[in-house]
Amino acid sequence: MLSTIHRTSKQLLSLSCRRSPALRAPTSSSFLSTLALLEQRDGQLNPGSLSALTAAKSLGGRVHGFVAGRSVSSAAEEASKVDGVEQVIVVEEEIYEKGLPECYARMLVDNIKTGNYTHVVASHTAFGKGILPRVAAMLDSQQISDVTSIQDEKTFLRPIYAGNAIATVESSDAIKIITVRGTSFPSATPNAGCAAITKGTTCAKADSMSKWMSEDLANSDRPDLAAASKVVSGGRGLKSKDEFNRLITPLADALGAAIGASRAAVDSGYADNSLQIGQTGKVVAPRLYLAVGISGAIQHLAGMKDSKVIASINKDAEAPIFQVADVGLVGDLFQKVPELTDKLNYR
Amino acid sequence: MSALRILVPVKRVIDYAVKPRVNKAQTGVETAGVKHSMNPFDELSVEESVRIREKKRAPGGVEDICAVSAGPAKAADVLRTAMAMGADRAVHVELAEGEEMEPLAVAKLLRKLVEQQGSNLVLLGKQSIDDDAAQTGPMLAGLLGWPQATQACRIEFGDDDAVTVTKEVDGGVETVRARLPMVVTTDLRLNEPRYASLPNIMKAKKKKLERMSLHDLGLTNERRLKVLKVTEPPPRQGGGKVDDVDGLISRLKELGAL
Repeated sequence: MLSTIHRTSKQLLSLSCRRSPALRAPTSSSFLSTLALLEQRDGQLNPGSLSALTAAKSLGGRVHGFVAGRSVSSAAEEASKVDGVEQVIVVEEEIYEKGLPECYARMLVDNIKTGNYTHVVASHTAFGKGILPRVAAMLDSQQISDVTSIQDEKTFLRPIYAGNAIATVESSDAIKIITVRGTSFPSATPNAGCAAITKGTTCAKADSMSKWMSEDLANSDRPDLAAASKVVSGGRGLKSKDEFNRLITPLADALGAAIGASRAAVDSGYADNSLQIGQTGKVVAPRLYLAVGISGAIQHLAGMKDSKVIASINKDAEAPIFQVADVGLVGDLFQKVPELTDKLNYR
Repeated sequence: MSALRILVPVKRVIDYAVKPRVNKAQTGVETAGVKHSMNPFDELSVEESVRIREKKRAPGGVEDICAVSAGPAKAADVLRTAMAMGADRAVHVELAEGEEMEPLAVAKLLRKLVEQQGSNLVLLGKQSIDDDAAQTGPMLAGLLGWPQATQACRIEFGDDDAVTVTKEVDGGVETVRARLPMVVTTDLRLNEPRYASLPNIMKAKKKKLERMSLHDLGLTNERRLKVLKVTEPPPRQGGGKVDDVDGLISRLKELGAL
């Protein structure tokens, strides 16, 4: 097994690619060079992290992808197929598999220095939030977090105050470190690109001050909440964990949607922490966001108000959620949700 | 095991329940006359520090809990709150009214204070709810060269200065272990902060609050980001209500959501 992986990675490394002339032609921003940090788990690329490549491309200039872990050749290959990516840098070592920030950040800093990058981009996920500020501090750069729009190579838009205001900031740092909001930059789709895959720099002293012990991840066949095109979200109005599961799960199944929850529902134990949508949870922007029994506190709205269509079912006609919902149904969710689920199933 | 000397950075922010308004000049949000309080994630840090002591969770005990804040004169209020919740003392790094610090500058300040105060555990909130940057903790850990655990929902102490932290990550939780000294940032599920009781508020007035300036620490408030403007997000118009489930389905179809 191991030898197969090694052979594959060697083959990949020797793969010679024909680059498109556009990439070689000097442009006004040819000095600009961006490293996009990609997440992987067990050799699988996190599709959400491909939004870092989209953001990197929108900066103009040279784009390199970066992936590190135990066995990352297939993840690197996937990233190499994204159009406009010139190179994918891989660091294949066990110690980087779990993304422990202490060793990962040091190794990443070395690679940023070696590659003379002017920009480093990652998704604003738990992984990006753990590693990138550490990297930024080591490079003496003030990171720009959760960017939703790139105006030019040094000017970025980012939401502040739970999305109640949008700040336009200009960075004066030599190396600009940014994390981007996944829902603002669509995932780049691997296509006909053919980036070279090269080995990155690994630390001479690759120890880690912290040790990974265990993890407990919710197993689910549903679409990933952060990337789902439809989200059904339940709140305190569901009254109990049993009712949450009894009503929300079939409705989500009928729609092919991911399941989310308000903080009230999570705090009351109706749903898992990882499902929380809002300022302190996940930020989603699906095509359809259906809020069930959610009043719509500002902290919750911060996590979903960029959804394309917002629908709401709530018994309180004055609930703030109706001020942002494109479609509102005032009624008892214990009647309306099963009826909706039935009608969707018999469509 | 070493006794814990905990440093708890706290920030005074606009109260979480207030809807902030962008000022007319579009340079920031209106802060005058707006209710401020301690950043909610920092309350969790203070609470956790106090609980570690009360429940005797650390084998070496808790020697000191020092709350620290960089901010205008009124930031002293949140430091008093932290002391009323159980912090032993506080350090106030005074800034001019309206002066703000970026996370990197705060991390540099905290590095200085960690050295000065001999701290071996820094407990920060995972983010402040004004700037929403979520950077200071990992930046501080990077500057100090200390291990870090972000978004903690459980912190345990063992022998040999071991600290085991369960972190909230995308899709679930992850547990890591490191040794003191360490930087940990707190997430919502870590605990439920207490309310300061009146007697404790009175007692907190007698606790030591040391004042210093950035200059005293040999630092300047270096800014790397220029805020060009601050605007309101585009407003979202509610689309009205429907009478029944059929109406809901047909409207969603019209909008192309089904």
